[in-house]
Amino acid sequence: MKFILNGREVQAEETTAYKVREKYGKPTDIIIFNGFQIDGDRPITENDILNIITKGAMPQREELESMLAARHTPGVHSRIKSGKVAIAGLGGLGSNIAVMLARIGVGQLLLVDFDIVEPSNLNRQCYNIGHLGLLKTRALKSQLEAINPFISVKTRNVRVTGSNVKELFEGYDIICEAFDRPDSKAVLVNTALKELKTVKLVAASGMAGYDSSNLIRTVQPMKRLYVCGDLENGAGVGNGLMAPRVMICAGHQANMVLRLLVGADQV
Amino acid sequence: MKLNGQYIKLEETQHLDNFLKASGYNIDTIAVELNGEIIPKSVYCDTLVDDAAEMEVVRFVGGG
Repeated sequence: MKFILNGREVQAEETTAYKVREKYGKPTDIIIFNGFQIDGDRPITENDILNIITKGAMPQREELESMLAARHTPGVHSRIKSGKVAIAGLGGLGSNIAVMLARIGVGQLLLVDFDIVEPSNLNRQCYNIGHLGLLKTRALKSQLEAINPFISVKTRNVRVTGSNVKELFEGYDIICEAFDRPDSKAVLVNTALKELKTVKLVAASGMAGYDSSNLIRTVQPMKRLYVCGDLENGAGVGNGLMAPRVMICAGHQANMVLRLLVGADQV
Repeated sequence: MKLNGQYIKLEETQHLDNFLKASGYNIDTIAVELNGEIIPKSVYCDTLVDDAAEMEVVRFVGGG
């Protein structure tokens, strides 16, 4: 019968997962079966997806990509891989969104930010001490390459304005709005919706402080605009931004991107 | 008219910029969709809103 083993189609007589491991791997290898690591034998059916992974060993490159996606919900990998997503702003939201989208294998990412990493960023942004002083685009791209070498990451070191939105983002399916200033958010959302007729926006509004996590949600106020956040808590004097709530909001945005890529456009 | 999913009575037809200001919005930090079309900020003062309008106004707060 035909099944997928470490990313390759295999025609074989083995009828259970353990028998496949016995033939192709070692007894101590872990088995990921249709997205889940199993600890007991199971029968195989046609087109099941198996990954047999030796812990501690560096796999062949052609097997590595399938192992990176082994825990994905089955069937989504090819849709994610053909996704083209731009991230406008690489701060608390953008840097964390980028890492999540790289981990799940979004095929083409565009990272846009003019700024460099400075120490007060580290309480929420996905950078470390070794990145201080570097351009955010460069610091983030190098991290993404070390997480998933099978995706394409482009960067632009510019400040986004009303006049360069079209040129920057044309051709991308989804733009994540990840700015800090509310007027910048408004300019990007307004211009992109007006000038890029098919793009979808996943924006953010309200994630300051340490108010309840449960206030953060995703809404869809317009056909091509999703907004994540608590919609209320703006950052300001006396109202800081800290990793937990910022990353919950980033998670909402990244999951909405994933949902759009696999065709689930409801919030 | 319908504003953000709720029906409200608009007493008289008016320009969008006046409607937004009277409703307490800061026109620099919002996005407006009127009858299915996104309205650029530059034409708020030339756009009329009447009681049959369907409008979504998204207000952005800072942070990210």
